[in-house]
Amino acid sequence: MARVVVDVMLKPEILDPQGQAIARKLPQLGFEGITGVRQGKRFEVEVDGPADAAALGRVRKIAETLLANPVIETFELRVE
Amino acid sequence: MSPARVGVITFPGSLDDRDAARAVRIAGAEPVPLWHADHDLQGVDAVVLPGGFSYGDYLRAGAIARFAPLMAELVPAAHAGLPVLGICNGFQVLCESHLLPGALLPNAGLHFVCRDQRLRIDNVATAWTSEYAKGQEVVVPIKNMDGCFTADAATLAELESSGRVVARYLDVNPNGSLGDIAGITNEAGNVVGLMPHPEHAVESLTGPTTDGLGFFTSIVKRLVNA
Repeated sequence: MARVVVDVMLKPEILDPQGQAIARKLPQLGFEGITGVRQGKRFEVEVDGPADAAALGRVRKIAETLLANPVIETFELRVE
Repeated sequence: MSPARVGVITFPGSLDDRDAARAVRIAGAEPVPLWHADHDLQGVDAVVLPGGFSYGDYLRAGAIARFAPLMAELVPAAHAGLPVLGICNGFQVLCESHLLPGALLPNAGLHFVCRDQRLRIDNVATAWTSEYAKGQEVVVPIKNMDGCFTADAATLAELESSGRVVARYLDVNPNGSLGDIAGITNEAGNVVGLMPHPEHAVESLTGPTTDGLGFFTSIVKRLVNA
């Protein structure tokens, strides 16, 4: 069994009010020097068998179809 | 003559299916309840996707409802010309299904917005807006968390130049929508998505106005004349 991690992020040009709210809070908490925060989603997909090309292809298809909305988001895969 | 039959889909988590059915009835058509897990549109003449929180808005609003069995029937039917109106969560489902362009993001202010909202109807050529006058101002409730309409610059320019913005927010933009967009239509004008709720403004007893009724009388008139 292997784990494939899918990171989904809003495209850079898409407004991220949640990330902005987090960033605005940081100075009040004493964290200085932070110029921006973007919030994304992490999915851990467990695959049956090794994370070979076929399995990665399957997870990529899942990410394109359901996990990310290509209109507003991009995604990256990695094997963990 | 038998009345037009307008289907209203219920997904797990739909809230406004009853109000949508009631609006259809008040407009003079027969509401037909449709269940998300069925594969049958029951021969309806038009379909409303109601507001609510289908599948709890998990993943993204509308992202899971898009893959409901009934949607596999609805998408090709909409491409073939079946009139479809998506309200609030229904609009989100239509965008996720790619029946409409763009996407709906969390409100820019991160608050759930619930109030009576003034709108201007900018496109009266769609299947759902023919009973309005171009530029008519209406007041209907809006209530949502993810109502910020977004599309890339090319899509937005195309929506504007082709007159596919159906309704715009007046006075105040409640959610950060680009171009103050409250609703859009597809190229053919049979599919309309709307963030505010016309089905809550069809009777003076329960609504702030009866301004929303026009969406439903428009489709009834179209179906009767078809």
